Amino acid sequence: MPAKGATAITTHQPPASEVLVVGGGIIGLAVAWRARQRGHTVTLVERDELAGGASRVAAGMLAPVSEAEFGGEGRELLALGLDSRQRWPQFARELAAAGGLDPGLRCGGTLMVARDGDEAEALERELAFRQRLGFAVRRLRPSQARELEPGLAPHVRLALELPDDLSVDPRRVTAALRAALARAGVTVYEGCPVQRLLVRSGAVAGVALAAGRELRAQRVVVAAGAWSGAIAGLPAEATLPVRPVKGQILRLRDPAGPGLLERVLRFEGGYLVPRGDGRYVLGATMEERGFDATVTAGAVTELLRDASELVPGISELELAEASAGLRPGTPDNLPLIGAGALPGLVWATGHHRNGVLLAPLTADLVAATLSDAPAGRLEASCAPDRFGGASVSAAPAEAVVGATAGVSP
Amino acid sequence: MAATDVPPGTAGARPEGTETRDGTGAGAGAGTHAGGEMPDLHIAARTLCSRLILGTGGFTRLQTLADAIEASQTQLVTVAIRRVDAQARGSLLDVIEGAGVAVLPNTAGCFTARDAVATARLAREALQTEWIKLEVIGDERTLLPDPAELLRAAEELVDDGFVVLPYTSDDPVLARRLQDAGCAAVMPLGSPIGSGMGIRNPYNLSLLREQVQVPVILDAGIGTASDAAAAMELGCDGVLCASAISRAEDPVAMARAIAAAVRAGYQARRAGRIPRRVYAEPSSPATGMPELT
Repeated sequence: MPAKGATAITTHQPPASEVLVVGGGIIGLAVAWRARQRGHTVTLVERDELAGGASRVAAGMLAPVSEAEFGGEGRELLALGLDSRQRWPQFARELAAAGGLDPGLRCGGTLMVARDGDEAEALERELAFRQRLGFAVRRLRPSQARELEPGLAPHVRLALELPDDLSVDPRRVTAALRAALARAGVTVYEGCPVQRLLVRSGAVAGVALAAGRELRAQRVVVAAGAWSGAIAGLPAEATLPVRPVKGQILRLRDPAGPGLLERVLRFEGGYLVPRGDGRYVLGATMEERGFDATVTAGAVTELLRDASELVPGISELELAEASAGLRPGTPDNLPLIGAGALPGLVWATGHHRNGVLLAPLTADLVAATLSDAPAGRLEASCAPDRFGGASVSAAPAEAVVGATAGVSP
Repeated sequence: MAATDVPPGTAGARPEGTETRDGTGAGAGAGTHAGGEMPDLHIAARTLCSRLILGTGGFTRLQTLADAIEASQTQLVTVAIRRVDAQARGSLLDVIEGAGVAVLPNTAGCFTARDAVATARLAREALQTEWIKLEVIGDERTLLPDPAELLRAAEELVDDGFVVLPYTSDDPVLARRLQDAGCAAVMPLGSPIGSGMGIRNPYNLSLLREQVQVPVILDAGIGTASDAAAAMELGCDGVLCASAISRAEDPVAMARAIAAAVRAGYQARRAGRIPRRVYAEPSSPATGMPELT
């Protein structure tokens, strides 16, 4: 496999091994890029087109603080998110250099807003929670919030400002990654559904494609998003409980250019992410609908109703795109990153709502796994074996990754 | 809290005499468990040894749902049939199946009798159960039930062989009409869905309790454990909780607490509370005090 143009960034150089990445979403692309930088020869295989699944519809919030949730798993996810957010600026700079494309990192922060007394009450609880955790959060009266964002409706009741949240344009990130892979000499197969993983003498040895074609590799990294739980060829105990969680999302465009909203806006029932150039992303539903990725009238209505209640100017924007994607969900909403139950098998999946945020961290953790580096504190939260054999919802192994499940949002 | 607002005589102490009324067909099983804690609840042909029904709405993690099911010791879990794909595996339904509890599909999200009936039939086909928790919403902001559509849908579904458990307002007359239509239980609200406001009209709820013989399951408004205990003290045969558990900071601990409250409320009602008084009455008599030398 071609290896010219490789830029190894580490002094620690493991012997080059052949790595095959299954899945060309933001996770697969980032993993392939980092693995190539570490000196591995890397091949990536994608069932459809690169970054055509959840990565294409994702809004790209890098917002671990506004997404912080109560409970033990919430804290673990927060730790992963904070760590990965730290990595993003450097990741974006490197990627811009390597891919020749700016990934569109923005750092305006987030406003969480309440529309009425009930929502204000709920927001106070979120404020207390974040203060307990020691985060920078500013409580804003309606007039203060509207000074920051004059586009907000007058009836906003209460707002919180979280200055540390970032956002990125996932489509630009994946375009940059794609360019970086091409420059670094990673072989990419698009439109090649994996029929099953090849297991030889108890170890994963590659994948079988259509028409009897095979790709051999010493290590196979499964980054197949929502389809990761249905990958065939593994013994039942080596499969993981990943399921699709549907999200519907809208893309809006202001013909008058930027200015309607500067910060990411979060509210009960959704969020609005400005790209800084007059484009906005409005999301998102959370639906347990299997591999259904249709756009429904009800979801579009609700998203637009909520957003235009808060930012009346929304009504004037062009509705540029309505799409649906499938997040890879796990029973505890934490990702699955690291070595699998069989030698040669590595997982980088289950990122649920956080694939874009966790991409830099995931790529680094997988690179460490490929170098057989010892696992650290963060890896424990993502350990693929944490559900054991008695997982709450082991997905069936008979389904074929790449089966046409109607997923072209 | 709410129970104390009830006028004396309507839902205060309810000694032995009225127990038989609750007991006949109202869900209190004849046999009492060893330890005399809480008899089984019978609804239609099903026997439940837990009087807490868990709603799955609002859980952000399937793992948390699985843990909450276990902590609550519930045997019946509701699922919004419009929000799941029954064919999709690895999802909500698998968690419920894995926990070994029964699924009670509901028609959440339906605003007309027509939609609710169609959704119930879909649920029957997909989940192979005749049971349906019937919800027909009349107002988007309060999610209060639409009484006219509800009764119509209930009639049609009963006629079609369903075991119907309607989510209803706390109107005793409507509850009786639903019972007369053949519903297997009635599920009045304490306050609007997800509001956590507890039981706003305990008086109505106790009237309702008196007027229907099928099991009464309090369905909406529980905010914390004491609300569940109050519902049981008012004579409800069971309690359904969703948001109070799923949106608590620690859903598993709240599931455990509410399960204990349901039990406590059940026992307190049977224990016969003391009448309310305006002035104090010393717990030990002041006369006949022993002379200590």
